[in-house]
Amino acid sequence: MTERAAPETYSISLSVASGLEFVELAETVTATLARLAGFDEETAMWISMAVREAVINAIKHGNREDRQKRVEIQYAFDHDGLSIRVTDQGSGFDLSQVPNPLDPENLLKPTGRGIFYMKAFMDEVDIRSAPGEGTTVRLRKKIRPRSA
Amino acid sequence: MIRIEHRTIGDVHLLDIEGRLTIGEGTAGFREAIHRVIQLGGRRLVLNLAGVTHMDSSGIGELVSAYTTMSHLGGRVKLLHVPPRIREVLTITKLATVFETFDDEAAAIGSFQ
Repeated sequence: MTERAAPETYSISLSVASGLEFVELAETVTATLARLAGFDEETAMWISMAVREAVINAIKHGNREDRQKRVEIQYAFDHDGLSIRVTDQGSGFDLSQVPNPLDPENLLKPTGRGIFYMKAFMDEVDIRSAPGEGTTVRLRKKIRPRSA
Repeated sequence: MIRIEHRTIGDVHLLDIEGRLTIGEGTAGFREAIHRVIQLGGRRLVLNLAGVTHMDSSGIGELVSAYTTMSHLGGRVKLLHVPPRIREVLTITKLATVFETFDDEAAAIGSFQ
């Protein structure tokens, strides 16, 4: 078995129209890049699921499936991990108004778990949203050193 | 891609689900299968998740909808053969406290008695 060489710093961009059929594409690209960055298959799967949630939110809630609007997905990976930025062209939202899906009164609601999903599977999640400026979600996953 | 097989054992309906329970084709197929069980009068439902490979937040939402819809009709939903990945999702979303889960089909069916 050969040791994977430490990756150099890369920056890759993907731009898709606001159609849910592009969610799978973003997921596949993310999983591939996560593997290239050095994550194991299981971690790469969870990273791709987190990005999937960000892209779904951008398409559905940000751009409201307006196909004239785009979702930009930018990847940067270095020796420490993988960073992903998902940006929509929507009208933004107030993060403080997003209910906690773990509260007893929300536990049996069918929606509202997307941001929670991202936070569960990534090391860092930063969401910037302003009225009229759309929303940018920054996700980061660090590569854990292999145990000896 | 999702594939759902519908079986009945006595008055217990079982859905054997394979593939991705994710937004789009996956959640639509799942919703349709639940609707069919309800239309047939099924009120005791076992969801066999052994073949489920991925579940996003929309998939979780569909599981919750199946649970609440069936509860409102006086029925019950139980989970069978929950893969580790999906078990992890149920745990972090606290839904593991809501769903009764089984690793044995006969035990799941017998639990309705």
